[in-house]
Amino acid sequence: MSNTENWGSRVGLVLAMAGNAVGLGNFLRFPVQAVQNGGGAFIIPYLVCFLLMGIPLLWVEWAMGRFGGRHGHHSTPFIMHQMDPRRALWKYIGVFGIFTNLAVAAYYCYLESWTLSYIWHSIAGTFIGQSADQVAGFFSTYVDVGVSTTGIPYEAVVFWILCLALNTWILAKGLSGGVEKVAKIGMPLLILFGVILAIRGVTLTAGENGAINDGTVGLNFLWTPDYSAMWSGKVWLAAAGQIFFTLSVGMGTIQCYASYVRKKDDIALNAMSAGWMNEFVEVVLGAAVIIPISIGYLGIDKVVELTKTGGLGLGFKTLPYLFTQWGPVLAAVAGVCWFGLLFFAGVTSSLAMGTPIMGFLKDEFGWKHKNAAWFFGGAVMLLGLPCVFWFSEGVFDEFDYWAGTVSLVVFALFEIILFAWIFGMDKGWNEINAGADIKVPVIFRYIIQYITPLFLIGVFIGSLPAIWEKMNEDVPWQVWVGRVILLSVFFITSWFVYVAYQKRRKQLDTVTP
Amino acid sequence: MNTSALILMLSSVGIVTFATAYFFFRVVTAKPKPEPDSYTDNDPV
Repeated sequence: MSNTENWGSRVGLVLAMAGNAVGLGNFLRFPVQAVQNGGGAFIIPYLVCFLLMGIPLLWVEWAMGRFGGRHGHHSTPFIMHQMDPRRALWKYIGVFGIFTNLAVAAYYCYLESWTLSYIWHSIAGTFIGQSADQVAGFFSTYVDVGVSTTGIPYEAVVFWILCLALNTWILAKGLSGGVEKVAKIGMPLLILFGVILAIRGVTLTAGENGAINDGTVGLNFLWTPDYSAMWSGKVWLAAAGQIFFTLSVGMGTIQCYASYVRKKDDIALNAMSAGWMNEFVEVVLGAAVIIPISIGYLGIDKVVELTKTGGLGLGFKTLPYLFTQWGPVLAAVAGVCWFGLLFFAGVTSSLAMGTPIMGFLKDEFGWKHKNAAWFFGGAVMLLGLPCVFWFSEGVFDEFDYWAGTVSLVVFALFEIILFAWIFGMDKGWNEINAGADIKVPVIFRYIIQYITPLFLIGVFIGSLPAIWEKMNEDVPWQVWVGRVILLSVFFITSWFVYVAYQKRRKQLDTVTP
Repeated sequence: MNTSALILMLSSVGIVTFATAYFFFRVVTAKPKPEPDSYTDNDPV
């Protein structure tokens, strides 16, 4: 075993994996998806997709990672190559597991930096006394980086660089000394903040502090089932998509974290624990905050209208204003809880994005840990510049679409085919069960082999019309620059993989006479 | 809340909370594997 790093504890590993999965989407995307796709009936396809696609993919990725780690690989190009050394193709498919993390981190760290800034503004009382339009306008001004909201020139850029530096510093501290410590602090705090806000949201009373509805009105709206929606393909596609993105599968981060686990140690139970923890944060906490509070103050029609533009608007433009209705002290506490939980959700995910790239540089080019961390920070900063400065032109959304949406589905489809059909289900099943602390039901062997690939093919085919539409829409030139950057990152990463492979071959030729 | 919304919410929240607590409890109470294992905190000093 050639692991140069280790996890400190099993609980730490599970929390780090759960933190990797729990992201801003748990609080901002899930409730909006539920509202738009049949309300309470959305949960049925959602949980079915979790059982038939989410859990199998979690087991597959954990097993791939542990298998690769045993052979000294901590990133997907050479983990996949190890699973089928006869075909050159797989290591280039594995490039997705590096490319996606670099490209997603580029815009995700910017999003994460907003939460840091909004924590500051909540404490400073910036939103007290502002109207709803002023608070919403604050966000638009904030992302127009040239305009300062606090007197700090380029405030959004300052917070972004702070956030990047923080991520890099934590990554430089190592797996157990940095990533795991943050997960052990961040995940319990995130759940605590979520519980505080959920209680507040559910117990809202009409007539108090300007609320027009009880908190239960929002819950009723969110959970009332529209069973006719269950027969819609669009709803199933949305449910599958949500499961996909919430679990952070198809990114290569799970493989990287699991590559530091030894063969005799469990992965089956760990994967279940981390996966269900993410579901708890999403279904129990995520559903009880943003919708009940928003509907409590704005009413159902207004919230339905606001959800059409996604969850970011509700989270950053609407909630800070609604918190101010509770008075200055409670507004500050609620702001810190809300943006604090979003920050912890974000940072535990962005740290996970750094580890595969660092693992690749360390394994293949012998880089020192700290140098690899600073390289990641620098690369993310360079790639993030267009997302930050051309946010209004749509570059941020473009990165999110291609790297944070399409790439995940493509990569997951390839990896499940590799695992179940090329590596082979006999070896794959043994890999999942090695050292397992739970008995994995045999039915999952067949689900992994047949059902999950079919699900993924369905999700991919179902996404094709949207991809076609996206490719044909008129976009500003800045978006085209973003697309060229993304393609360049993919090809440069592939070139690095090619060089690393040649290096490995030379070493083998030298050792073998 | 109407009855169907309440039933769906309580059953979903109940299933997810139970599964989360159950699997995490199993992780916390699982017997550690003999050394050398994957975790450094329990290593003999």
